Amino acid sequence: MNPAVVDETEIDRLFKTLKNEAGNGGYFLNPDVDFTKNLVRGLLKNEHRYGYSACPCRLASGKKEEDLDIICPCIYRDPDLNDFGACYCALYVSEAVAKGKKITGPVPERRPPRSGRIKKSAIHILSTAPLNSLPLPVWRCTVCGYLCAREQPPEICPVCKAKKERFERFI
Amino acid sequence: MVIEHVNGEKKGKVMLYALSTCGWCAKTKGLLRELGVDFDYMYVDLLEGQEQDNAMNEVEKWNPNGSFPTLVIRDKKSIIGFREEEIREALK
Ligand code: SF4
Repeated sequence: MNPAVVDETEIDRLFKTLKNEAGNGGYFLNPDVDFTKNLVRGLLKNEHRYGYSACPCRLASGKKEEDLDIICPCIYRDPDLNDFGACYCALYVSEAVAKGKKITGPVPERRPPRSGRIKKSAIHILSTAPLNSLPLPVWRCTVCGYLCAREQPPEICPVCKAKKERFERFI
Repeated sequence: MVIEHVNGEKKGKVMLYALSTCGWCAKTKGLLRELGVDFDYMYVDLLEGQEQDNAMNEVEKWNPNGSFPTLVIRDKKSIIGFREEEIREALK
């Protein structure tokens, strides 16, 4: 299969899934359907060529462990929605923008530049942090902020569906 | 493919660094076409290895964040992101 070619049925399928998940989680997709579907096409292209759905508007390294922060939804989505009413790509927008009450401009890049990135996964770094007196460690989903106290993070975030590898040790 | 050229009205060197998957990059390219200016563009995500590194070094010279789209006009000014008014103004 040519990874550059993404077929339309696949785009429609993922678009519907994302729309449903957004609705259930209190998020909003950009109401400009053509623009949004084009981003979905980019997500699928990245999934095919890198093996993970890296942000379409950022240059992925091809190494998943270096790009955990920009697997969609990226860890920058929530702060960008708060500050600018849209994620960096504008795949997700705030409620006000989705309802046409506000418009967005370009969102500045929040991800550190190549030279300033932390290479190891957050779990790896934080699991070496000293244990304290709590009976269980507390894990934080880097995508949505969900917290839970258990031996290991869950396989999938029950709130935003991010995978286990995107959790970090919080306490 | 490294640099692609689009013919149009010559307004000095116009170079667009973009990603093939990015929505704002597509909008920027669309705007340049609409304006009918002569420009070059490069999809940095389609390059590999050293070629991609070289391209990123070039992008970072104009935009230390290394983000896309980065539009470089006449080797003098860079416009980062789809800033429609600024782009129209710079290419008047
Ligand atoms: S949520 Fe983040 S990764 Fe997903 S499209 Fe928006 S900016 Fe890109």
